[in-house]
Amino acid sequence: MRLAQRSQPLWLAHVLHRLSGLGLALFLPLHFYVLGMAMSQPERLDGFLHWSEAPMVKLAEFGLVFLLAVHLFGGLRLLVLEFLPWPAPHKTLAAGAVAGAALVSGLFLLNAV
Amino acid sequence: MPASGPTLSVAVHRGTSDGSTLRVDHFTVPAHDSQTVLDVVTWIQQNADATLTYRFACRVGMCGSCAMTVNGVARWTCRTHVSKVIRDGRLEIGPLRNLPVIKDLAVDMDPFFDKWAAAGGSHAPTATRYDPVVDIDPQAPERVAANAGIECINCSVCYASCDTVAGNPAYLGPAALNRAWTLVNDLKHADTKGVLDVVSGSGGCHNCHSIGSCTALCPNELDPLSSIAGLKRATTRRAFRGR
Repeated sequence: MRLAQRSQPLWLAHVLHRLSGLGLALFLPLHFYVLGMAMSQPERLDGFLHWSEAPMVKLAEFGLVFLLAVHLFGGLRLLVLEFLPWPAPHKTLAAGAVAGAALVSGLFLLNAV
Repeated sequence: MPASGPTLSVAVHRGTSDGSTLRVDHFTVPAHDSQTVLDVVTWIQQNADATLTYRFACRVGMCGSCAMTVNGVARWTCRTHVSKVIRDGRLEIGPLRNLPVIKDLAVDMDPFFDKWAAAGGSHAPTATRYDPVVDIDPQAPERVAANAGIECINCSVCYASCDTVAGNPAYLGPAALNRAWTLVNDLKHADTKGVLDVVSGSGGCHNCHSIGSCTALCPNELDPLSSIAGLKRATTRRAFRGR
């Protein structure tokens, strides 16, 4: 029997948080390995940096920023859910304020880059 | 009995947990207004297949014995109207998840209640019958927090819906931890420390991933997710204080 209970938003938030965490966990060792090249193999690092200018790699960076943002906000969501014993309407207002602020500052950020 | 008028197509999961006799039987059941899922199961048992095993008692949402999985969601069947859950004229009814099946739609509730006890769910009195009755302010924050969780009918819908229980059978589960939270806030409970000890151990509240199916599906609209969050705060605070 298909588990229809899993179509609820909180379950999707949980899965998104897990998958973004997994993606970041896979990315970080690679990230540190490349950074480590600066010490051990500067020529290879230069080669890699040249490769990272490719459009596909640039596009993948958007995915990385997305993963980071989703994981960051997913973690904040859990902290608020579990460690702030506020009434639910207060949390909704606070989350709305954060979302609104992120939207406004995000728009300015889009103009700046 | 041949059905005249509108009908429902009902698939019922049969068999026991050992898997040897698992099968899905299909029935055509007369449809009625205000028909509950329990009505459907009862019709099948009385008119189509007398060997169908299921459990119910009060039929009014008080005893918590008739919960089943209906179209993929755990529900109390006596208070679930067919019209609210039917999809394309079809109902699929199975036993609750996360519990051993005794037969067909009846699950063994022992693991569920064992975890209630394991989570320190027994009341430890602070006074004897010979002591004067202690006044409890109904507006006290602890009492308000306890009141929010005490209407649990032990139907196990939350337990069956919990993906953390499915992945970790040692996890105490939402109902037992919700009970523990009411006891932590019960000003007449003598062993708050004992409750916090067991719920902070392995299988305790910190296993919860806050997926929230328990709160989303509790038929009595309780909020085990927040109760477990309360236990997480209480046990974390205690750990930082070094007790």
